[in-house]
Amino acid sequence: MTGHFEARFAAVGGQGILLAGDILAEAAINFENLYALDSPTYTAQVRGGPTKVDVIIDKSRILFPRTTAIDFMLCLAQRSWDKFGYDLKPGCILLIDPFLVQQVDEVNNKVYRMPIIEITKNEMKKMVYTSAVALGAMIGLTEALNVDSVLKALMKKAPKGTEEQNQKAFSVGYDAAKVLLKS
Amino acid sequence: MPNSTLKRRVKFWTGNETIAEAALVAGCRFFAGYPITPSSEIAHVLSQRLPMVGGKFLQMEDEIAAMGAIIGASLTGDKVMTATSGPGFSLKQENIGFAAMIEAPCVVVNVMRGGPSTGLPTALGQSDIMQARWGTHGDRPVIALVPAYLDEVYTETIRAFNLAEKYRTPVFILIDEVIGHLSERVDLPFDDEIEIINRTRPSVPPEDFKPFDTTWGDVPPMADYFSGYRFHMTGLNHDSGGFPTTDPALCQSENERLMRKVDANLYDIIRFEQTSIDDVEILVIAFGSSARAAAVAIADARSKGIKAGMFRPLTLWPFPEKEVRELAGRVKGIIVPEANLGQLFYEIDRLVAGKCPIKRINKVGGVPIYPGEILAQIEVF
Repeated sequence: MTGHFEARFAAVGGQGILLAGDILAEAAINFENLYALDSPTYTAQVRGGPTKVDVIIDKSRILFPRTTAIDFMLCLAQRSWDKFGYDLKPGCILLIDPFLVQQVDEVNNKVYRMPIIEITKNEMKKMVYTSAVALGAMIGLTEALNVDSVLKALMKKAPKGTEEQNQKAFSVGYDAAKVLLKS
Repeated sequence: MPNSTLKRRVKFWTGNETIAEAALVAGCRFFAGYPITPSSEIAHVLSQRLPMVGGKFLQMEDEIAAMGAIIGASLTGDKVMTATSGPGFSLKQENIGFAAMIEAPCVVVNVMRGGPSTGLPTALGQSDIMQARWGTHGDRPVIALVPAYLDEVYTETIRAFNLAEKYRTPVFILIDEVIGHLSERVDLPFDDEIEIINRTRPSVPPEDFKPFDTTWGDVPPMADYFSGYRFHMTGLNHDSGGFPTTDPALCQSENERLMRKVDANLYDIIRFEQTSIDDVEILVIAFGSSARAAAVAIADARSKGIKAGMFRPLTLWPFPEKEVRELAGRVKGIIVPEANLGQLFYEIDRLVAGKCPIKRINKVGGVPIYPGEILAQIEVF
């Protein structure tokens, strides 16, 4: 990682994406001794409302807790893009699920399309693994943190008995990202 | 000396979790509350953690009852806390006045959201600061702490309990939703860096005890209910025995004593941070998440050669008046960014008294003030 990295995970409430931000920040703090924070935004309608979590990772103490120049954004709903598609750094890596997001800014961002929901459904059978797949895809595209650190944080957060499945979900996302990068 | 060779314990907590964990370290053993966004996680955590340390957690039927419950528990000798947000803070005001009047130590957390009324439940506001100062009727001492970073939320929560115990008065912790909900690295202090203060108990036997005995100073020793010391508490003006009085001289001196507990101890209660202040020309005065935006704006301004600096109160009430008056006399201008329509501004305006121009940045849409917005104002001052 260079000195400073910002990521935004945007979705609708219920997709479980806020957790991905927590895991990423925890990986940076506990397993790479960096500074990190995550800051969620959601509405009073917890399920179905547009939601996002911003993650900032830095080598030194972070002053302002919101993103201002985002390096990576994941978007799992069109209205989440419409609401939260701002503050992206030029050349931002933008990962979208093409079944859920149709229109984004393709001029200023590097857009990657991965049917994350379909992949999760087919490979994992349970939608609760969406955030682990998404996290794997994010690390695959950006290598913002070491895979080992993120996996350790994921194992720490995973409910007992789901460790193996979460690890698999992460790998599914990570591998799909590497395929995207080659194509 | 602190153990500088040892590594600090590092946690990854939300602001709300940090308050809950720090409260336990401070000795909090009773929490009563009513769930309200964006403060609910404080209750969540304590509902699990308090029973583990022999404490009690009560979910009450409403905000008013929650405030009443912690006052009662405080009288039995426990360190107590409740947590709420704007709408609940409004409801608690009457009992907050009661706690101030009977001098019951307690900590009240307000994780501020957008207002007025139910406002913006999931988004930030900083608009309850004047309510903290003036929300309940009558003249009573007010202590309110406004930490901005989670390391500081931890240490200031412990300090809130210490001040409540030391001065027998309610103490507020005011953070905004951004600080309450963000998860951040928290570097914990070492044990020997933490000071814990407990209320002074009476040294006299029960038969000689009076609940408002000022023989030893302005803060009377406090006995625990059910420990053999029997005493009466009332919100009415009362004498040293705790019973109602209308004696004008006594009412006057007792109300003055209440205020003096804080006014005569400003040196102990007031804390603040000054950044790039030595040669400062453009001064930003901010707290909470607005101050974190200002910290970036000031660094950016300095890198452009502008002599910007910040005064950041950690204790909002009593306000660091002396320091701000002094700074106002030597700067070109002051900027006050806050997530309300100008509450801190009133205080600053009063203290500056025309000595320099003041600019306001006020946002109430639920989005925090960004560094660029403050920098833009610094640049055009």
